[in-house]
Order: sequence, then structure tokens, then C-alpha cells
Amino acid sequence: MKRTIPLLLASIAGFIMIVAYFSPHTESWGEEVAVWFNILAAVAFILGGGNLLKIHLRKVSDRNSGWMYSVITVVSFLVMLFLGLWKFGVNPNPQFPDYGHWAGEYNDSTSPFYWLYEYTFKPLQATIFAMLAFYVASAAFRAFRAKNFEALLLLATAFVVLLGRTAAGVFLTDFIPADGPFAALRLEEMTQYLMNIFNTAGNRAIMIGIALGTASVSLKILLGVDRSYIGSGDD
Amino acid sequence: MFEYFRNLDRRWIFLLMLLSVAVPIYVIGKTKETFPETALPLATNVFNEIEALQPGEKVLLAFDYDPGSEGELGPMATAFTYHCSSRGLKLYFMALWPLGRQMIDDNIAKVIEPDFPDMVYGEDYVNLGFKAGNEGVIKVIVTDIKQFYTTDARGTNIEQIPMMEGIKSIQQMDLMLNVSAGYPGTKEWVQYAVTPYPKEIKLVGGCTGVQAPLLYPYIPQQLPGLLAAIKGASEYESLVIKAYPPAEGKEAKYMEAQRRMGPQLVAHVLMVLLIVAGNIIFFIERKRGARA
Repeated sequence: MKRTIPLLLASIAGFIMIVAYFSPHTESWGEEVAVWFNILAAVAFILGGGNLLKIHLRKVSDRNSGWMYSVITVVSFLVMLFLGLWKFGVNPNPQFPDYGHWAGEYNDSTSPFYWLYEYTFKPLQATIFAMLAFYVASAAFRAFRAKNFEALLLLATAFVVLLGRTAAGVFLTDFIPADGPFAALRLEEMTQYLMNIFNTAGNRAIMIGIALGTASVSLKILLGVDRSYIGSGDD
Repeated sequence: MFEYFRNLDRRWIFLLMLLSVAVPIYVIGKTKETFPETALPLATNVFNEIEALQPGEKVLLAFDYDPGSEGELGPMATAFTYHCSSRGLKLYFMALWPLGRQMIDDNIAKVIEPDFPDMVYGEDYVNLGFKAGNEGVIKVIVTDIKQFYTTDARGTNIEQIPMMEGIKSIQQMDLMLNVSAGYPGTKEWVQYAVTPYPKEIKLVGGCTGVQAPLLYPYIPQQLPGLLAAIKGASEYESLVIKAYPPAEGKEAKYMEAQRRMGPQLVAHVLMVLLIVAGNIIFFIERKRGARA
């Protein structure tokens, strides 16, 4: 039962989505399934929160390596959750004055939740993303080698695109008339050509392959042949 | 000397990267000068799609990004908001990313509230906020938006918002603009909104540099225009500013992408030089190895 019901649910929902796509009469069935999917997606946030607490609290209790980071994770999570749910410092909504701060917006600019988001979370996330530039530069120096012909092609393409996506591309090949017979040799034109022709062709081939693979795997799941997504059933 | 470069401490590379970004930021900040920009066809298409709309027509702006990619996508979101507001279009904001709602609020506070004070919330623009469910949300709102959006981001009943009157689904939007940092994003909008309803839904967008190659296969049929990373944003921005010059003293916030092209140029040149230097070391090493 523990495995049969989830299998049946997945199968029925999947087939409804397929039928709904091909027939206008059953379009509303597909909508209904999609609404259920979205309710489950919202519930998944709670499940995700619970899972995060479970993993990190276990790490803290076992004193595993890096357990202090887990403490920071759990404390940050609980503080944000608490401030967001209890709406501390939020201005009351003038539409519903009887409900006080509860009817106000959770991310009101007067609330600690907003301050933490604006002055802690936002700069931290931007910083982590920005640090990629340093690691990519270091990797470019150490790993990007023209070891064979294929790597050389990749290097040449990278140079054209790297320069073609900046003002340098225009400056370096500005001597080639934009409307002349050699206009295609301008760096910005070469970048466009590489992206439009080679990249599109390669990506389309990959996408078609993925789509065929997805269709095949989906069919196996809907027919109950592939049951790996519901786990081994051991626990 | 060779050994020194072969075992170069990576902190020197970090320092070079820091300088290659910091110096242009300082110089551009001081001189207020930016590089001249020529718009390529994809950015021009985005601009033309918005220009083709008449004042009062409806635009859905889906801001599917967060602070991590704000540096790359923020300028194009600002330019979209400014362009649409200048055209007098009705703006419907929404997000499939949890922090997208904050990105929408930021743009409203940055563009609409100070520079378009005549625009009224609920009549000229509305923030529908974030909904969980990724492509599941798209699948529903393409046929019935009220299944999901019963209130806007501020908690106001959707029935009480004048500009939501008569809106059944996003098929009624005259254009869709998406700013995408990954999943869910432009790819999902193409697959679940444009592909099933190619005549009803028209989509153009902007995305991060790493995402752009994956979206080219959808051009031009499903995606007539695309702003690829900060370069695409810069091209689009130049077109918007030329057509709708900002008020005096407010140019800087509408030229963010163009200003960022300076650090991008120096950083890209540094990357090319580092790759060349790394390869020179590699070939010298190989030659010495062969001799030995």
C-alpha cells in the first residue's frame, strides 16, 4: 500500500496532464492537477524547513566537523522565520485597523525582518556570487590549456566571445568596414555568428536528445516500470 | 622567473581581478563617461516589441531573479520598468522566485514612485508577488490567473484591484517580459506559456550570461528578443535612454548597465591575458619535458 498508492497517484496525475494537453475538453482536468501540484510545492517549503532543522541539529548534537556552521544556519533560519511570521515592527494595514500589525506587510521597511534581508542577506548573497569572478580568473590561468586541437578551438571561441561581448570587440576590429565584404570578421559579428549558428545547432541537438530521454523516462514512471523516485522502500 | 610564474600564488590573480574591477568603477564614477554602445538585433527586437505597444496596453513583468544575480540582471529590470512606464503601459509584476517579490518592490521604489508619481497602484501597476510551484504556476495562470492569485502582494483582494478587472489569464497580456536568473525562468515561460499558446502570448526577456546559450534555440519564433547578460542590458539601455531621456540628475540610475561595461571590459581582457600566460607556461613546460 505504501508504494502502490503513490505509484497510482503519480500515474493518474501524469496521464491526466497528457490527456489535458491534447484535448480542449479535458483542459480543466489539467488545471486541477496543476493546482494540486502547486499546493504540494507550497507544502514542500515546510518539509524543506523541517529537513533543514533535522540535518543540522543532528550535526550539532553529534559534534560533526563544521558543527558551528550548522548552529549559525539553524539560528539564522529560526530568527528569520520568527521575525517574518510574527511580523515584528510592521506597520498596521490601514484597510484593517482592527487587526493591528498582523494585517501589515511582513517585509515592511520598518521591520527587523526587512533590515536583516536588506542589510545582511542581500549583500551576503551578492558577495558570494561576485566571488566567482576571482575563482574563474584563477582557474583560467591554471586549467584552460590548449592541450589538443579541440581545446584550441574552445580557446579561440572563448577569446572571440569574451572580447566580442565588450567594447574591446568593437575597438579591435573597428578598421573593418561594417558594411563591407569582410564585415563578418568584426569581433561582434563573429560573436553573433558563433552564438546564432554553432551554439544554437549544438544546443538544439542536445535539447532534442534530452526531450526524447525525458519522454521515455516519463512513460516508464507513469506505467510503473521505473519506481526509483519513491525510494527503495527499506525505511 | 619561469618557476615563479609557474607556481604563481593565486592571491596575485585575485588582486589583479580586484583592481581590474575596482579601477574602472572608480574612473567611471569620477568621469561619468561610459563606452559608446551599438545595439545588436536581439536587443533592438526587445526594444521594438515594447515600442509596438500602445499606451494603456497590458504587460506582464516576471522578475525571476534574486540578490545573487541582481548585479547582472538589476539594470535590465530597471530599464524594462522605466521603458514600460514611459510608454504609459499597464504593468503587472509577478515572480516565480521567492526573492523576486523584493526585486519588484526595489524597482517600483527606484523607478515608478520617484519618476512616475502620476502612476497609481492598482490602476497603472500592480505587484502580484511570488507564488511557489515553479512551472506549475505558469501552467495554471496561462488559463486561469485567479486560481492562484486571489490577492496581490500587499494582501488586497484581486477583485478590488481595478486593473485586474476582466483579466482571466495571462493570454490577455499584450506582451510578457521576463528577467531570468535560472530555473524557473525564461525557458519555462517558453515551454509552458508560449509554446502551447503561440498566437496569444508574446515573450521577450533578459537573462544571465550562463543562461543565454541555452535560450538561443528558441530565437526567433518563441523568443523574438533577448538581452543576454549585462552586455544585452547595456545595448537595450542605450536605446531606451535615447528614446526617453531621463530627467536631469537622474541619468545615472538608468545607465547602470552601461557603467558596468567598463569593469566587464577590463575583467574580460584580464581573463584573456591570464589564459594566454597560462598557455605560454604550459608550452614552455612541455618543450622542456620533451627535451629531458
